[in-house]
Amino acid sequence: MIITNQKPFETILKELEDAKSVFLVGCGDCATLCETGGTDQVAEMAEKLKAEGKLITGMIVPDVGCHELDVKKEFRVHKDELEKADALLVMSCGAGCQAARSATDKPIMPSNDTLFLGNIMRYGQFEEKCRLCGDCLLDVTGAICPVARCHKGILNGPCGGTNEGKCEVDPEKDCAWTLIYQQLEKEGKLDKMREYRPPKNWNAVLKPGRHAIERKKGGEANE
Amino acid sequence: MSEIKHVKPSIQEVLESGKFLVTGEIGPPKGPDIAEMTEHIELLKDKVHAMNITDNQSSVMRYPSIGTALLIKEMGGEPILQVTCRDRNRMAIEADLLFAYTRGVRSVLCLTGDSIPVGDHKDAKSVFDLESAQLLNLIRTMEDGKDTGGNEMNGSVSFFKGAIVTPEADPLEPQLMKFKKKVDAGAQWFQTQAIYDMDHFAKFMKVAREYDIKLQAGLVLLVSAGMAKYMNANVPGVMVPQDLIDEMASAEKGKALDTGIKIMARQIRQIREEGLADGVHIMAIGKEGVVPRILEEAELDISAL
Ligand code: SF4
Ligand code: SF4
Repeated sequence: MIITNQKPFETILKELEDAKSVFLVGCGDCATLCETGGTDQVAEMAEKLKAEGKLITGMIVPDVGCHELDVKKEFRVHKDELEKADALLVMSCGAGCQAARSATDKPIMPSNDTLFLGNIMRYGQFEEKCRLCGDCLLDVTGAICPVARCHKGILNGPCGGTNEGKCEVDPEKDCAWTLIYQQLEKEGKLDKMREYRPPKNWNAVLKPGRHAIERKKGGEANE
Repeated sequence: MSEIKHVKPSIQEVLESGKFLVTGEIGPPKGPDIAEMTEHIELLKDKVHAMNITDNQSSVMRYPSIGTALLIKEMGGEPILQVTCRDRNRMAIEADLLFAYTRGVRSVLCLTGDSIPVGDHKDAKSVFDLESAQLLNLIRTMEDGKDTGGNEMNGSVSFFKGAIVTPEADPLEPQLMKFKKKVDAGAQWFQTQAIYDMDHFAKFMKVAREYDIKLQAGLVLLVSAGMAKYMNANVPGVMVPQDLIDEMASAEKGKALDTGIKIMARQIRQIREEGLADGVHIMAIGKEGVVPRILEEAELDISAL
């Protein structure tokens, strides 16, 4: 899921300095789990902004903040509250903000910084394990991703900075290539690590990404 | 291409003639004042076979390695161009190598490069389009007259290709795998990360000697016991044995540098006498001025080899 972190409240206030009235938009999915855009955080933000003299015209928490059609639908339902607002504060990820963007021409301000695609390690703790490179090579790395988990994203084994299994940029972080080595050793597949990996195609997905499920003739995909 | 005049033999020629290769290192300055660096080059150019030029070393922005390589060439020395993958993508590296080749650079040392956050431009975008093995392979591609986009060039380049290996890496096995990958990717000679323990080094060389490559032992000058301890604690893949730390600590006040020089001279003699490596790479970080003294104490005069 997409990991977000709330910006300092002063920053949010600065973003909203021209807005006397604000409409709040959360997200029932990732931002709820990150406690940055769930029902509780949206209500709390409303109180804090009121205390700063802002008028809160309304608030919604769409099930999935980045589902553009659903967000548009929700916005239509709350048309009047939206109309009264000088700006929207969107409390989800960057994608959620831009789903809102497609649904209104009002100024939109983000309350969060969007950090990474993360795994939930335990409640409230997240780690990045995939960088969405578009050309997955986990088959040859023991299902441990060097693109995401090695700081340099290098493909042919550890750099000279690896130290006792930790990474040169942060002694708290494991060196991905040590993990890959240990995993492939367990599998008896170290030959995969011995094999030279050519330079990666970093444009496997041309930015900005775009994808449509191919529909088979006479039926829906995956149905 | 206009003919380039080479004043010195290339390091490939030195190694292939069976001579003990002695190289030093030039760390370009931060800023346009190159007077001190020029002095260092002047001081070293006839005392060592060639000089490595670091490439934004430790991710700290400096005068460029390629510019320094040309300067060394102009001054009648022999440069070893260090190329890292940290801040240039494959296109930029290829273009730089074309330039270097046409200006007479013959030896290139391929490194992955340090990470951006350890340096002094912490907000910069890090590149790492490639790493060291892929960089070696890129040069091989260019030697076949092609770029890595698969396009024909109007000619080919040729370099003596080098890389780094860390004999004291922990764990060692992944490092050895990478060593082999670099050999397979075209590395013809290696310089090691700083080594201090000659027994460990001798053991490592048994593995290294299985490959058809030349190898220089990397030696970093100790200037104090504190530095030795610091390196042990903070520099990945460097291990200074306790007896050397004690030897540094026992130096009389103001004499630590002399002791460091003595230690390195002793190591050079041992490496040469026991044939442990094909040469040494001397890193006297910030103390380039003492390199001639080290060589003198080691009784190593390249003009007499
Ligand atoms: S290689 Fe890594 S970044 Fe790319 S898709 Fe697979 S897990 Fe994600
Ligand atoms: S120490 Fe390991 S994880 Fe860190 S950059 Fe080097 S290879 Fe990658």
